[in-house]
Amino acid sequence: MSVDAIVIEHVIVMVLLTLLIVVAVGIIILNDLLTAVILSGLYSLLSATVFVAMDAVDVALTEAAVGAGISTIILLGTLSFTKRVQKPQEHNNYAALIIVVMTGGALIYGTLDLPSYGDPNSPANSHPQLAQHYLTESQKEIDIPNVVTSVLASYRGYDTLGETAVVFTAAIGVLSLLGLRRRRRKEDPLLTDKQQRKQQNEDN
Amino acid sequence: MVEWLAFYNDWAVIVIMMAGFYIMIARYNLVKKIIGLSIFQTGIFYFYVGLGKVDNGTAPIFLEPKVIDESAANVASGIAEQTILYSNPLPHVLILTAIVVGVATMALGLALIVRIYEKYGSIEEDDIQAIDSQFICQLDDKK
Repeated sequence: MSVDAIVIEHVIVMVLLTLLIVVAVGIIILNDLLTAVILSGLYSLLSATVFVAMDAVDVALTEAAVGAGISTIILLGTLSFTKRVQKPQEHNNYAALIIVVMTGGALIYGTLDLPSYGDPNSPANSHPQLAQHYLTESQKEIDIPNVVTSVLASYRGYDTLGETAVVFTAAIGVLSLLGLRRRRRKEDPLLTDKQQRKQQNEDN
Repeated sequence: MVEWLAFYNDWAVIVIMMAGFYIMIARYNLVKKIIGLSIFQTGIFYFYVGLGKVDNGTAPIFLEPKVIDESAANVASGIAEQTILYSNPLPHVLILTAIVVGVATMALGLALIVRIYEKYGSIEEDDIQAIDSQFICQLDDKK
């Protein structure tokens, strides 16, 4: 690949990241939650393309399946249980804006001594016991052509085990919040009259 | 390439993260907050994966050396003798884990929101706080 090809690759990533910023701003502005959820699905698909452009094909597949698929579905499910439109904003957001700008400024100051994008000699890419070891030895040691798989399942197997534990815990949490014992809500002082009538109808 | 363009990706990632952060602070709607959280997370994902990108590299899946050597385009550009460069697989693995954990967190948060809506009839933070303080006042009156 020539220098031009590298420039084109960089420009593709830049354009995609700019599109992501546009979608994120759209999510900030819109009041309709359904539109925001659909935009977040679009956002996940765009991020899958960013990951492809950054050579992370496994991450792109996961993001397209889990980010654009499952999380959009559970967001839509939540909307079907709750409200579709968010209340118009009455408070002012200057404090939030100041905090965000200050945090962003501090982070941008932190990027100034980072290695540039695509640098093959950066510490992360040239460490002899991590990336270089995986790329040179994993074919011999694990014998799987996909390095990401061998790192995920073998070198960092405990990491994946911990991930499974987290997902299991979350599943238990969701089930205990939504699945089990749904009928334990009588005489709640917080509910309005209309809702109590609705509940009585359901119970009957 | 121009000097400052080298930082464009990092800065774009920071803008994305701050957009998510802003949604989390400034919007009172709980579903919106969860969407903001996931935007913030993806910003971190781009940062990690971007650090692992290697110029001229390809996805870290071992290729048969023949495929590279014999393709006419590579012979023409003189890359046939070079070794194949792969991007860094380690950030990819970390982010794979993070994506799945992120969705698990999101599902738990949304389940909490559904329960909150059942109890309070609203998913706006200020409404919920108003109902809470009203309830506490009622409790104090009973005492």
